[in-house]
Amino acid sequence: MAERFLMKGNEALAEAAIMAGCRHYFGYPITPQTEIAAYMAKRMPKIGGTFLQAESEIAAINMVLGAASAGVRVLTSSSSPGISLKTEGLSYIAGSDLPCVIIDVQRGGPGLGGIQPSQADYWQATRALGHGDYFAIVYAPNSVQEMVNVVFDAFDNADTYRVPVMILSDGMLGQMMEPVSFPEREAKVLDKPWAACGHKNERKHNIINSLYLQPQELEKTVVDRFKRYEIIKEKLASAENYLTEDADIVVVAYGASSRIVKSAVNAARAKGIKAGMIRPITLWPFPVNAIADAAKTAKRFLCVEMSMGQMIDDVRLALNGAAPVDFFGRTGGIIPSPAEVLEQIEKLAE
Amino acid sequence: MTRNILLAGFGGQGILFAGKVMAYAGLIEEKEISWLPSYGPEMRGGTANCSVCISDDPIGSPLVLKPDILVAMNLPSYDKFINEAAPGATVVVDSTLVEKRTERTDINVFYVPATKLANENGLKGLANIICVGKLLKETGFASYDAVEAAIRKCVPAKKAAMVDFNLNALKLGMDN
Repeated sequence: MAERFLMKGNEALAEAAIMAGCRHYFGYPITPQTEIAAYMAKRMPKIGGTFLQAESEIAAINMVLGAASAGVRVLTSSSSPGISLKTEGLSYIAGSDLPCVIIDVQRGGPGLGGIQPSQADYWQATRALGHGDYFAIVYAPNSVQEMVNVVFDAFDNADTYRVPVMILSDGMLGQMMEPVSFPEREAKVLDKPWAACGHKNERKHNIINSLYLQPQELEKTVVDRFKRYEIIKEKLASAENYLTEDADIVVVAYGASSRIVKSAVNAARAKGIKAGMIRPITLWPFPVNAIADAAKTAKRFLCVEMSMGQMIDDVRLALNGAAPVDFFGRTGGIIPSPAEVLEQIEKLAE
Repeated sequence: MTRNILLAGFGGQGILFAGKVMAYAGLIEEKEISWLPSYGPEMRGGTANCSVCISDDPIGSPLVLKPDILVAMNLPSYDKFINEAAPGATVVVDSTLVEKRTERTDINVFYVPATKLANENGLKGLANIICVGKLLKETGFASYDAVEAAIRKCVPAKKAAMVDFNLNALKLGMDN
């Protein structure tokens, strides 16, 4: 067995990013994600990388845009209000077809909200990570080990598809420590002929740009990008099925709340209730097929989130009326208890 | 088997460190573990607490609400959590700082004057590890060797001199 370390989710994300070949980090402190920046501040100078604490989130994301333009693997991280500030730059990054990875360690909102764990940024991450017609790939790990695994996928897929990739974490997953082992996986090195990294007069210069004043030209860039999105949808949508094969009630949950739901599903099984869970690992693309397939046997669905109900929209779209969907959530920084979720499952089983 | 552990006290009493030692002992014994701290305003002078799960199976919720092992190192923590302990729970209370005694008869409560013991034995600030020692003796949450190794792992290299003090505190807790 590979050596297991005890690490906070935030630290594991940072170490995995370095292992995946990231040598540039730009950020600005905010609870509960600051350990990522602190880890990078310690490590980057020792490995010839760049750690820079910018004067604001907006400055940091624009530094990401610059580094990504030069073709290097680059990371930024923040928490909910800070992500809102970064969305302008993210939209420019998407419009310029640049790869980068951005981590959101969610806290309660809206506004400055609170600093406790939340999942209230689902809509922002999957629908509105900035203005304009675009998506970002969104991963939602639910353990410290899975964080490590998705960081590699995030950097690889950002480069492959030239899109921003978000890792949507939260205060609970970021602050908790769990055993983690690091895979023996090489950072994938992709040739980036589009990068603006100096041409020594040996080729035509590359232009990184998101401004197109001719609508025909702009439409073409958007349509081309959406063709890539179709490939992404087909290849990357991912979910974990837990005890769904014979389940009457399927609970859908991601990230931190899926940990609570797993305990509740186990408790329901102990009481003889046929409950199971589908856990989306990618939120965009949403694992539509996993949900639709479960509807062939399950009678009811229950969506559990640390919000007032955001992912439930995608669950409903995936089900397309095939089964009724109920919702249970806590918000504002409250983590639901397994007992509360069990109560909801029991109500549906009656 | 799953042990759901909750440690609570003032910020600065080493609650998170004690939890980390227990979690590391579980890691050394190749168990599944999780360690979840409270963070935020509590850490700045109020109460700090920390959930630790040590299990043979993958851990679902890492948040411990009904602990079967509880350490309460100050009165607010005692008041908040003593009635949350699961029936049959093992509870260690720092009786130097908590004068109350519970009326519950369905839990095993050990009142250890941990802060006093620490001060009298030249182990100031190590009441937390005295409590861990008491828990080790009463619950066997891990082997002694694993806890000793965990302490060696958790004490930062810069403070290596603290290892022996921690081990003395551990033994003191086991003897009281």
